[in-house]
Amino acid sequence: MGDTPPDPEPRPQQPSSRRSSQVSQRRSRELSHLPPTISEEVPRIAFDDRVLQSGQGILASQNNFQDWSSGPPLTQQENLTMFQAEEDQLGGVEYPSLNMGFQPQPYLEEGGIQAARNTSLMQPLQQGQGSLFQQLNSAYLETQPNFLGQFNMYQGEDLQFNQGAPHGPYMRDDPALQYSPSELGFMPFNVEVPEPEPRELAVQNAKAYLLQTSVSCSLSLYEHLVNLLTKILNQRPEDPLSLLESLNRTTQWEWFHPRLDTMRDDPELEPTYETADRQKGLFLRSGAAGEGEQEMEEEVAETAVPNVMETAFYFEQAGVALSSDESFRIFMALKQLVEQQPIHTCRFWGKVLGLSRSYLVAEVEFREGEEEGEEEEVEEPMEGGEGLDAHAEEEGEEDEEEVTDVIPKPMWKPPPVIPKEESRSGTNKYLYFVCNEPGRPWTRLPHVTPIQIVQARKIRKFFTGYLDAPVISFPPFPGNEASYLRAQIARISAATHISPLGFYQFGEEEGDEEEGGAGRDSYEENPDFEGIPVLELVDSMANWVHHTQHILPQGRCTWVNPLQKTEEEEELGEEEEKADEGLEDMEQEVGPPLLTPLSEDAGSLRTSTLAGATSTVPRTSTPPCQPPFSTSTPAARKSWK
Amino acid sequence: MDAESLLLSLELASGSGQGLSPDRRASLLTSLTLLKRDYRYDRVLFWGRILGLVADYYIAQGLSEDQLAPRKTLYSLNCMEWSLLPPATEDMVVQTSVVKGRFMGDPSHEYEHTELQKMSEGEKVFEEEVVVQIKEETRLVSVIDQIDKAVAVIPRGALFKTPFGPIHVNRTFEGLSLSEAKKLSSYFHFREPVELKNKTLLEKADLDPSLDFMDSLEHDIPKGSWSIQMERGNTLVVLRSLLWPGLTFFHAPRTKNCGYIYVGTGEKNIDLPFML
Repeated sequence: MGDTPPDPEPRPQQPSSRRSSQVSQRRSRELSHLPPTISEEVPRIAFDDRVLQSGQGILASQNNFQDWSSGPPLTQQENLTMFQAEEDQLGGVEYPSLNMGFQPQPYLEEGGIQAARNTSLMQPLQQGQGSLFQQLNSAYLETQPNFLGQFNMYQGEDLQFNQGAPHGPYMRDDPALQYSPSELGFMPFNVEVPEPEPRELAVQNAKAYLLQTSVSCSLSLYEHLVNLLTKILNQRPEDPLSLLESLNRTTQWEWFHPRLDTMRDDPELEPTYETADRQKGLFLRSGAAGEGEQEMEEEVAETAVPNVMETAFYFEQAGVALSSDESFRIFMALKQLVEQQPIHTCRFWGKVLGLSRSYLVAEVEFREGEEEGEEEEVEEPMEGGEGLDAHAEEEGEEDEEEVTDVIPKPMWKPPPVIPKEESRSGTNKYLYFVCNEPGRPWTRLPHVTPIQIVQARKIRKFFTGYLDAPVISFPPFPGNEASYLRAQIARISAATHISPLGFYQFGEEEGDEEEGGAGRDSYEENPDFEGIPVLELVDSMANWVHHTQHILPQGRCTWVNPLQKTEEEEELGEEEEKADEGLEDMEQEVGPPLLTPLSEDAGSLRTSTLAGATSTVPRTSTPPCQPPFSTSTPAARKSWK
Repeated sequence: MDAESLLLSLELASGSGQGLSPDRRASLLTSLTLLKRDYRYDRVLFWGRILGLVADYYIAQGLSEDQLAPRKTLYSLNCMEWSLLPPATEDMVVQTSVVKGRFMGDPSHEYEHTELQKMSEGEKVFEEEVVVQIKEETRLVSVIDQIDKAVAVIPRGALFKTPFGPIHVNRTFEGLSLSEAKKLSSYFHFREPVELKNKTLLEKADLDPSLDFMDSLEHDIPKGSWSIQMERGNTLVVLRSLLWPGLTFFHAPRTKNCGYIYVGTGEKNIDLPFML
């Protein structure tokens, strides 16, 4: 790579100009320093051209080149051995002929022998004519700029080189051998050509071999090795021999996959940057405007944003934790949510893992009097459904008239739809917002209906991460992934939200007995709570109580008799009176009341309690005790139904 | 995950929500270093945590020079004192496959399993109910082995095979590129290959024998049993196994950080085909 010289101009038209440049490279004594030698090479290139033109034509010479290139290792070996053997033999017979004239013909015998003779001859030539060269050297330097002129001079001498026999491999390297000093009108070319020693010649040949490239690949072995060794020397890895193969592969790969220009964007990293921008918005919002600072101070007391970092710290002690920067981002995202929606209380409920994306769930309560607009939307499809049923019945009647045979009407009536619970009560006590990642907008989940809870109990599906994905299961789930998620959240909350005994108490304003045996459904914090020692909390399940309502098999927290006729049902269901008689009486379903200790749970062996192992855990449970957030996998692991 | 980069790895793998408390982390750092010294392991991996009812098992594995050689497994209840577990045999796996439910957390606990065995006394052959006692340690060993064989993951290029046979960590591994990181085919099972010889000749021709010598995750049955996600805004790719829920593999593309950890109950998710 570093040796590729810029092509000097006087070699424009040669089809094998590239080859000749390689030849000139071969000639350079030093492998890496070009400028001092380029002046030497230029005149040689002139020689090359003529040498190539002459003879059997360019093709033949190219063939020779090829042969030469494949041959050199052997011939060089031969050269060197023969050279060494003949070192002392100056080839006395041939020596005088050298002085007489450099006739190319004697040297155009078989290539190998020729080479040997050449090398053996070159050495004495150098020794003998060293002084002569020095004298001529100075002459050369003076006339250096005129080499172009000399180039023209020599064209006339092409005839000398029309050889019938193929050129020997080293012929072209040695203009000194081809031109007798007396024939040349100008010596400096010869002088300046420091006869390459056979070893160096061998090196040059080897290098030219390594530099060849093939049609399929523009990377030559020489360049590749240069890259590889440079890389190793720069990086200096330990034990490079064992890494050789990997480094080799990496270097090759890097050659064909160059680093993009710094001005261009890396397409692979686009989504990363987008997400980072989005999350930057999270952080900037908190320090929005300097003007609003005073307002923010006033609002601090009322802010509904939970202290996520504090709770995350406690959970981390327990071994359940998201990493701290993720917790902080969640905190920022919750703050964003509080600013956007009229929220009274907010809590980070947890993270639900999905196949493509995960959900972050926030449990919020709107302020008193805030209407949720989604209720109306949900009712419309229900009414649409009822309209369709009526239409189907009409069509059935028409068919009956036309066909003589009365098609028996199916006796099966779908079970009555159990109405969902009101907002702020039972399973719909809280509203849930989800987002996929901190920085993305929060989506509100619809209220859950009892039928969804009942069906969710029967199926087990993974969440994909997209709220509008259908839930394909058997028995079929009525709704899409958003409803399934909401149903699972409801089940998890109802089953696993616990607190130490005494932390919550019932408000005294409610009556002790309520109609129908429906349990109390609200509680408040007990201001007199003093904490229970940790050991007691671990030992006995009775010290923990549920503070969310249990969901009945019906799917609601408070029982509703679906057979009670409301006004709507009476309008549509006059025909259903007959069917009602066939149904069994629905028994009222009763569940354990609020604030029931865990020891009453069915299958209570499945809950596990572990005490913190270190002494840093305080002796008594700390007052700011909030219900643990549930980080549930899609197959929600629960302690009881 | 490698014990040397334990803190960073725990941080990166915490997206699943199961982490370690700070005291456990600190004790792990010290005790794993001591393990490496005492047992002369080449690499010590913190394998994960199996949740039990009364206590959790913390599992570590020690590797020798050859990365695919059988590993030594150790367990501890408090992250300080480690006990070596016997290597798993097929009998163990068969025997413990009948035990269901959570781990107790007490290594000396014995599960009782009644089964019908044919006993022959003289000429009579009759079946008798025999109560077989299965120790929890055995169950632990077989579960760890099953999880390793099924879902231990390593990215392509992290290990390479030398012509002499042993498999070494590739110290020039720079990480997968982003486009490669999202494909399941860039990840391999960290175990002896099973499916490799079944590939067609055409497929084998494309493989690089020094890098592609393990099974890829692509052809796992059932299809879709891996959940692949980008977290932290595309700077971290997380693979979660759905067959053994709780196994998380993380890799930061273009860096060397990768590793897997299992935090779960040690129960296989048999309902997987229905849940997808």
